[in-house]
Amino acid sequence: MQEQEIIEKLTEVIKTYVEDKSVLEGITPETHLVNDLNINSAHLVDIILDTEEAFDIEIDDESAEQMLTVKAAVDIVSSKLSS
Amino acid sequence: MTKESLSELRDTLPYDPPFLFVDEILKIDDDYVKGKYRYREDEYFYQGHFRGRPVTPGVILTETMAQIGLVALGIYLSNESGSPSPPPFAFTSADVSFRKMVLPGEEVTVEGEKVYFRMGKIKVQTTMYNSAGDKVCSGTLSGMILKKN
Repeated sequence: MQEQEIIEKLTEVIKTYVEDKSVLEGITPETHLVNDLNINSAHLVDIILDTEEAFDIEIDDESAEQMLTVKAAVDIVSSKLSS
Repeated sequence: MTKESLSELRDTLPYDPPFLFVDEILKIDDDYVKGKYRYREDEYFYQGHFRGRPVTPGVILTETMAQIGLVALGIYLSNESGSPSPPPFAFTSADVSFRKMVLPGEEVTVEGEKVYFRMGKIKVQTTMYNSAGDKVCSGTLSGMILKKN
């Protein structure tokens, strides 16, 4: 799966938990889920579960805790997809 | 679970009157919890809800479902039953529908089924029944178990 495709799919997952959808317009790899998108810690867990489902992968808790930026999430998904 | 450990779990809940809405935890395992509470005729909120016509507020029904469905189950799942200082909880979301009124003196039963418990987040499908067995309200509740300070 291409990185662009992963980003698009991840954005779809994240979108559900973002209250102000306008902040999604400027999304970049550096976008921080908590600081920039205002996602709370409870919804971070939902994003991890939804990501696992969307990509049919399993994300261990240690990796999950690193999933705080779009780039980190893409890297984790790519590495799980290729393992 | 034995009756003693169920009552120990109930005593571990971090609430006191007038905001404790659990008389007894009846049954609990890794996926399910059942508990009950009887709303006393002199609960403080009946004084104002509603004027001259006391009815249990929906937020109190939701809170009752959260104390049994989320907090009791969360404490059980994190092996903190009996702990003198259980970890603090944050109620993070609720999506609840109400069907019936609950009047002063009524006893309700709450059942909670775990949707998931992961990385400190617990999500539960809960239902409340009145003593006639009618569904009073139901919905999905979530909470986070915060790290102890």
